[in-house]
Amino acid sequence: MNDKIVLKYDVDSDDFTRAGEASSSVKRKLKLMGVDPDIVRKVAISLYEGEINMVIHSYGGTIEVIISQDKIEMILEDRGPGIKDIELAMRAGYSTAPDNIRSLGFGAGMGLPNIKKNTDDLKIESKVGVGTTLRMIVNIP
Amino acid sequence: MRLGSLIKELSEFEILNEGSDPDREVTVPYCCDLLSISMGRMPSGAAWVTVMANINALAVATLAEAACIILAEGSNLDEPAMIKAKEKGITVLRTNLPVFDAALIIYNKLND
Repeated sequence: MNDKIVLKYDVDSDDFTRAGEASSSVKRKLKLMGVDPDIVRKVAISLYEGEINMVIHSYGGTIEVIISQDKIEMILEDRGPGIKDIELAMRAGYSTAPDNIRSLGFGAGMGLPNIKKNTDDLKIESKVGVGTTLRMIVNIP
Repeated sequence: MRLGSLIKELSEFEILNEGSDPDREVTVPYCCDLLSISMGRMPSGAAWVTVMANINALAVATLAEAACIILAEGSNLDEPAMIKAKEKGITVLRTNLPVFDAALIIYNKLND
């Protein structure tokens, strides 16, 4: 696998029935490529958390996944309210998800901490009133 | 224990969807309803005992590699979730028992 494989997905706001499609699709492709199951699980979890955050909090956005020989890069870019305090958002248990989202089983405040735990690199850029971009990398040892 | 054998032993549970991978190994029962916590901490191959019966729980089960979902406390799949379970071949059972009791039964079967 010398060439990079680039996958792109659109994520719609509030569409919980399709949430997880990008993560599932990436997971399937990585499995077919024979990537180590632990790496696949890390990517799937991180991507799903990011995807769900976009569905819950943003007005929609795009996911780009770049698979190369030594790493998997995921760039999640959304239009939305942005994150006021990134440090606070990273704290386990902190959530701004409304009650209707919590009743679906989300809003435990574990999304970003889960991503942090399952990735080798995480960068968050956010502008209030404009949107948020997550850049995550999972290395392939 | 293989999933197919476990299901056969759980006669007190109703099978909502048999699933497509009876040969996979079930490792341990795991109980949690919050999806992000389940996603982050559920061991691969778990029999996931939960009351969350929506489409998002099915996505979490698939992504976190759960062996099956056991819906407790009388929870039941709604129609979109049932369609998804069939489409993805996810094994789903249900029971009126509380979460702990359901997990204990599974624990005992796995450790017999």
